[in-house]
Amino acid sequence: MLPGLFVDLGMGIIEAKDLVYEYIRRDEEGNVESVNRAVDGLSLDINRGDFIAILGGNGSGKSTLAKHINAILYPTSGTIWVDGKDTADPQNLWDVRQNAGMIFQNPDNQIIGNVVEEDVGFGPENMGVPTKEIWERVEEALKAVGMYEYRKSSPNRLSGGQKQRVAIAGVVAMHPKCIIMDEPTAMLDPSGRREVIRVARALNQVEEVTIVLITHYMEEVIYADKVFVMDRGRIALSGTPREIFSNVEKMKELRLDVPQATLLSYGLKKRGLELPKGILSIDEIIPALCSLGKKYNVYLGKKQNSSQHEWKQRRSPTEKRQQDALIFDHVSHTYEAGLSHEVKALDDVSLAIYPGEFIGLIGHTGSGKSTLVQHMNGLLKASSGSIYYRGQDVYEKTYSLKKLRTSIGLVFQYPEHQLFEETVFKDVCFGARNKGLSAKEAELKAFEALRQVKLPEDLYYASPFELSGGQKRRVAIAGVLAMQPDILVLDEPTAGLDPRGRDEILSLVEELRTKNGISIVLVSHSMEDVANYVDRMWVMDKGKIILDGTPEEVFSRYVLLEEMGLRGPEVMYIMDGLEEKGFDVYPYITTLEEAEEQIASCFGLKGGA
Amino acid sequence: MLKDITLGQYYQTDSVLHRMDPRTKLIGIMVFVISLFIFRNALAFAVVAVFLFLAMWLSKVPFSYMVRGMKGIMFLLMVTVIFNLFLTPGIPLVQFWKLQITDEGLRNAIFTAIRLIFLILGGSLLTLTTTPNNLTDGLESLMKPLKLFRIPVHEVAMMMSIALRFIPILLEETDKIMKAQMARGADFEHGGIIARAKSMIPILVPLFVSAFRRANDLAMAMEARCYRGGDGRTKMKPLKYNSRDILAFLTMAVYIAAVIVLGSLGESLRFFNIMQSLSGRVPS
Repeated sequence: MLPGLFVDLGMGIIEAKDLVYEYIRRDEEGNVESVNRAVDGLSLDINRGDFIAILGGNGSGKSTLAKHINAILYPTSGTIWVDGKDTADPQNLWDVRQNAGMIFQNPDNQIIGNVVEEDVGFGPENMGVPTKEIWERVEEALKAVGMYEYRKSSPNRLSGGQKQRVAIAGVVAMHPKCIIMDEPTAMLDPSGRREVIRVARALNQVEEVTIVLITHYMEEVIYADKVFVMDRGRIALSGTPREIFSNVEKMKELRLDVPQATLLSYGLKKRGLELPKGILSIDEIIPALCSLGKKYNVYLGKKQNSSQHEWKQRRSPTEKRQQDALIFDHVSHTYEAGLSHEVKALDDVSLAIYPGEFIGLIGHTGSGKSTLVQHMNGLLKASSGSIYYRGQDVYEKTYSLKKLRTSIGLVFQYPEHQLFEETVFKDVCFGARNKGLSAKEAELKAFEALRQVKLPEDLYYASPFELSGGQKRRVAIAGVLAMQPDILVLDEPTAGLDPRGRDEILSLVEELRTKNGISIVLVSHSMEDVANYVDRMWVMDKGKIILDGTPEEVFSRYVLLEEMGLRGPEVMYIMDGLEEKGFDVYPYITTLEEAEEQIASCFGLKGGA
Repeated sequence: MLKDITLGQYYQTDSVLHRMDPRTKLIGIMVFVISLFIFRNALAFAVVAVFLFLAMWLSKVPFSYMVRGMKGIMFLLMVTVIFNLFLTPGIPLVQFWKLQITDEGLRNAIFTAIRLIFLILGGSLLTLTTTPNNLTDGLESLMKPLKLFRIPVHEVAMMMSIALRFIPILLEETDKIMKAQMARGADFEHGGIIARAKSMIPILVPLFVSAFRRANDLAMAMEARCYRGGDGRTKMKPLKYNSRDILAFLTMAVYIAAVIVLGSLGESLRFFNIMQSLSGRVPS
């Protein structure tokens, strides 16, 4: 146990009263141009030793609040106390910052040292801790986050999750009373996210450090003692996770998600099943349905549906025209070939993308997904094998790679980081101009693309750097769309967006396919996203495509998925559990609607609410 | 492509050089640079070479790893060599068309090339064996007297350390942005100088934006961890001279003396003369 963590009664560890913070924007002469009230009369009280989660959509004021707890920002009006000390009092500054450690979103931008242990020692050095004690603290902190064996490594060689754990150790070494984590998992993959949350919970339970976790992933808050939901600078909801997630409607309104088990029981309740309120997880919904089943005399045991279930055909498959397809024929790619540390990123991959398809590409970090998609538009060249597009070998000398790049649009991860022009409109024209279109034509295509991504028209001539995160991303996608690609490849297009932003982008992509007939390849970590939208899935592991089929086919091999460190969507596990209990359902359901339908029909209920 | 640059990257291993006090290494590098510019003949050159290769061997950094870092300066090296080769007046050796290679030119070209290569190797040896934080500490400590002239020594040292930490991150970022713009049909390879310079804008603007964002984030992260400049700061790894540092200083003293003495041994030992006698030519 870390010293200085005894509980004293009285004031909570963090207390805010009528907190207001305004971002004031001034023009060049210093006149006030606009005032944006990010935190608006917020009051809260956080008890010592609690695990607190703060949920909220983008722009709800979560980060602004977090920066107040660490005295990076000072209230415009109102007061915030950390461990009983007013943060606005300059005398308390260093106490406040030491007592309330802060973890930020981007793992790279908060590591100062070039060696893990030196970074962890940075805080204690600043505090003037004697050398010998610094070493003790560093060792203890690194052990607490499970990174001790990496103490001599360079942070650049660590995974995102590991970097965040180092950042946490850096804070722990300062012996804080609470740690504020501002979306620490937003830039991580699922396994990195789990690592960070596990460490946060361990610190809370073992070391009794108060944790304030800011996030928009609802699965991370299930274990919290208390949840605050923020909206427009205020606390919109507060309570236990169970209380919070019972408000399905309200949560959706606030741009947030609820767990699939909750959503499913909410849907079933609407159809008339008397399920208890506040179901959060699979372990709660299955027993609840079982006991209801007994009451309704649902016959458990005989199977009709599941044996007769046909693979659901999502939309009739388009005619598979070989001549229009993008075909990979035994493609391999090796990085650093010939060196001792050569990496086979692609290993004999053969595949085809036909017009109008929506394909999901899944795999953990380092499985070769990014390498694969960069071969699709010729950014990387295969070490062996061939790629054909519309019947032509793209590696032939006369083939124009530029043409390939404009026919197969690739939207990178965080595409908003590539915006550079003075106006949104000019930026979107960039690709179209490069394609060789005349200025007039390019502008026409840009206009069309911006309409397709549903950007409000008054922003067309704004600077791209003034837009919100979600808007920037739309602009970046429009920049690729303006080249009028036949195939659009999106690498993690929803990374870092809040649930509503994520749904908006995904439905936009879906629309591009249905309305414009563009084939889509969606690279994603989220099984739920993929299951909801795609009609075919590729699962990659160690440079190979291990599984290729409809989501149902792929998820039916969930044991294999789990071996690769992946999971099927939660709803599938619910259905699987129900089938095991004797319910007449098909276990490899992948979307909530289908699941709801099947369960309702077991209970003899017809039609949705 | 940009990942090939290993210049200035700390290489993690355990060696005498890694454990040496950074101040010793910094002084060592200064001595080495001075010696590079005073050696005039083959004997002194041999001493310099032995000194460098001995240090490289002691560092336990794989030779191939260091040489890979040289790729980046190949172009600069070629230009220097060519200029020296053709533009130095002296006794002509080979002549074709209007170009001539003189004995002085050949000598200059070879020496300049060697000096440059040694300089880079020596310099990268310092950063390969010293963590940036350590390097910063060393610089800060050596430059302490400058504080009297109100030079913000700690701040400058901290800035350098951070710059080194972000080099690989920004390189990776540049790579990513280039690819993203290429995916939008950008062309960085064709066209004249103006077209190419223009084509850099789509890379440079996002790179600067990102660098500023990172700087902002980092400053905030440092403040959040109670950073308040150099005053009152303790050190996790305080600098302490050891017996191996004393040994290193002695070696350096002997080394520099040897280079000076051998360097002044006279014209008869001139590098170029040896070259000529080896090739059987008699100087006119």
